[in-house]
Amino acid sequence: MSDNNQKPKKGISRRDVLAGLASLPLLGALGYGLYLNSQDRKKYSADILHNIKPVIPKGIPPLVEGPELRLGLVGTGGRGRYIMKALGFVNPARIDEWNSNAATDKYWEEYLKEFRNQENLNVKITAVCDVFDNNAESGMAAGANIHRNGTNGNMGDAPKRFLTYQELCASPDVDAVIIATPDHLHVPVVLEAARHGKHVYCEKPLSWTVPETFEVRKVVKDTGIVFQLGHQGRQTESYQVARSLIEQDVIGKISLIEVCTNRNDPNGAWVYDIDPAASEQTIDWKQFIGPAPWHDFSLERFFRWRCWWDYSTGLSGDLFTHEYDALNQILDLGIPHSAMASGGIYFYKDGRTVPDVLNMAFEYPDKDLTLLYSATLSSEKNRGKSIMAHDAWMELDETLTVYPDRSSTRYRDQIKQGIIEPGKPLFSYIPGQDRIDAITTPTEKYFAGRGLLYTYRDGKAVDTTNLHLREWLNCIRLNNGAQPSCDIDQAFEEAITAHMGTISYHEGRRTYWDKEKEEIV
Amino acid sequence: MQYSKTGLVSLVILRMAIGWHFFYEGMVKILNPAWTSKAYLLDSGGIFKSLFEWMATNSKVLLFTDFLNEWGLALIGFSLLTGWFTKFSSISGMLLLLFYYLSHPAFPGIEYLFPSDGSYFIINKTLVELFALFVIYSFPTSHIVGIERLVVKRKTQSQ
Repeated sequence: MSDNNQKPKKGISRRDVLAGLASLPLLGALGYGLYLNSQDRKKYSADILHNIKPVIPKGIPPLVEGPELRLGLVGTGGRGRYIMKALGFVNPARIDEWNSNAATDKYWEEYLKEFRNQENLNVKITAVCDVFDNNAESGMAAGANIHRNGTNGNMGDAPKRFLTYQELCASPDVDAVIIATPDHLHVPVVLEAARHGKHVYCEKPLSWTVPETFEVRKVVKDTGIVFQLGHQGRQTESYQVARSLIEQDVIGKISLIEVCTNRNDPNGAWVYDIDPAASEQTIDWKQFIGPAPWHDFSLERFFRWRCWWDYSTGLSGDLFTHEYDALNQILDLGIPHSAMASGGIYFYKDGRTVPDVLNMAFEYPDKDLTLLYSATLSSEKNRGKSIMAHDAWMELDETLTVYPDRSSTRYRDQIKQGIIEPGKPLFSYIPGQDRIDAITTPTEKYFAGRGLLYTYRDGKAVDTTNLHLREWLNCIRLNNGAQPSCDIDQAFEEAITAHMGTISYHEGRRTYWDKEKEEIV
Repeated sequence: MQYSKTGLVSLVILRMAIGWHFFYEGMVKILNPAWTSKAYLLDSGGIFKSLFEWMATNSKVLLFTDFLNEWGLALIGFSLLTGWFTKFSSISGMLLLLFYYLSHPAFPGIEYLFPSDGSYFIINKTLVELFALFVIYSFPTSHIVGIERLVVKRKTQSQ
């Protein structure tokens, strides 16, 4: 080889230097490549996020100091149990179950850890009321479990069981009432509590009938109680980010919003299990019926009450309201000008009276947009909330992604320059992060489109129901007239909108909202 | 070690090509402050899936992994390109590629969110690059074309 002929005494020859530094031109070329790459990146981040300053929620708001609040729960079934957990109270028998699951399953280990680490909200459950003995007893056991122990652990005082919600609301040991009853009993309990001056957290929807919606608004306002409707979606970070982005005109003129419910399983379609311990002896049937038309005792109707108009508000009140409230929070939609609904009982022919498939179109001529809702019995097509506008469309769930439109006016130049690719995600917001990201590389685009980045969250996973209750408790403790985010006005808009859809479905016609007279016509 | 002219040329080209690839990948990541291996790690498959997922979800470990990956790629690339400490860098490069492979092994039955750019059965491009680095390790050329040549010369001179 030529180098073998080199003679050391000659020192470092020109040839040596050339061979030694042969890669210099390559480094130069790479340097140029890197310069182009960084210029591109600068251009992207400067141009894409230029002038866009989203408001990012800053962690968990601190608990307002004050005395321990004494809570009464009306309804300690499925949803009531969930609310109690969000408050930090779980039946010790369930903790035993979680413990035994956690021994072999990491998911449950984390679940239990998260529950135990959940901040104490400085509340006490002093009263429970449920028409089914088992639910009431389970609620009492949960309320007594102040140290979050299993059955072998120490317990505190058990809350008192009241046989009627009227007695619970009148109790001097109750400062505030949480309502997780079937829909037809929401307003009667709110009215009773408000008239006793008790603050109220009520599960959605606000009301079962139109007239009671007006009455409950009046009473809540007149009594001045702190009222929160249980749309915990109010605490979803991505909705708050979405609002700030839309306010900054990031997606342009909105013309259509599409929201939906997928629920291809019996549980999703409200075919709940029937507790074998339930009977006429263990259920106060008359109290369950309440304002509903009389019907003979029926376990099906008791456990699957959502399937009958007699107790339920159907898809419109039960599930559409989640979607509506999210959008009302983001866009201040208010009550629509008109509603048109259609659907039917197409799959679950089990004697139910509420439809299992429902489509609704709400018109907002003053905002020049339509809100579409559809509920299907098919689950595999992922349908996030879609806010469609002239410059981009926004896909919204826990996460938020914005996709630019090829006919956009706002992004026309950037699309022309190749900085923005139409149809590919422009930027995204991932819960738990303190920024939105311009999406620039193909890999990022791919992952953002698939939502993989969101499977795991940075920071603490916080239950939105816990945050929603915390907001309500903070307002009670502040005692300065402040109302939580889903107050009675928001609740009124939610209920009226849902009723407009339901009436349209029943009567097979378009319903209208007379703004001046405050009347559905 | 004696090489034929074409043998030497092909080995140097191979070394520099891999160096180019590593160096550019590393520098692009270093220059992008938002870059993270999180998504890639979360998309892992195979028997080490949970280890890589743990790396992705533990923020301190992720920071360390990202740092090591960025600078590892860039320095290994620089070393191979310039012909400086290439024995060490080819071994380190192989180790790095082994990690990539273990996180995304091309075994039948494992699917990844990020689609592959071809069809592979066990052997994929990562593994081929790993084996190529083994060749670079076994047939060193830096003392002929590379900074090591100058270093060797200086050493011989001073003796």
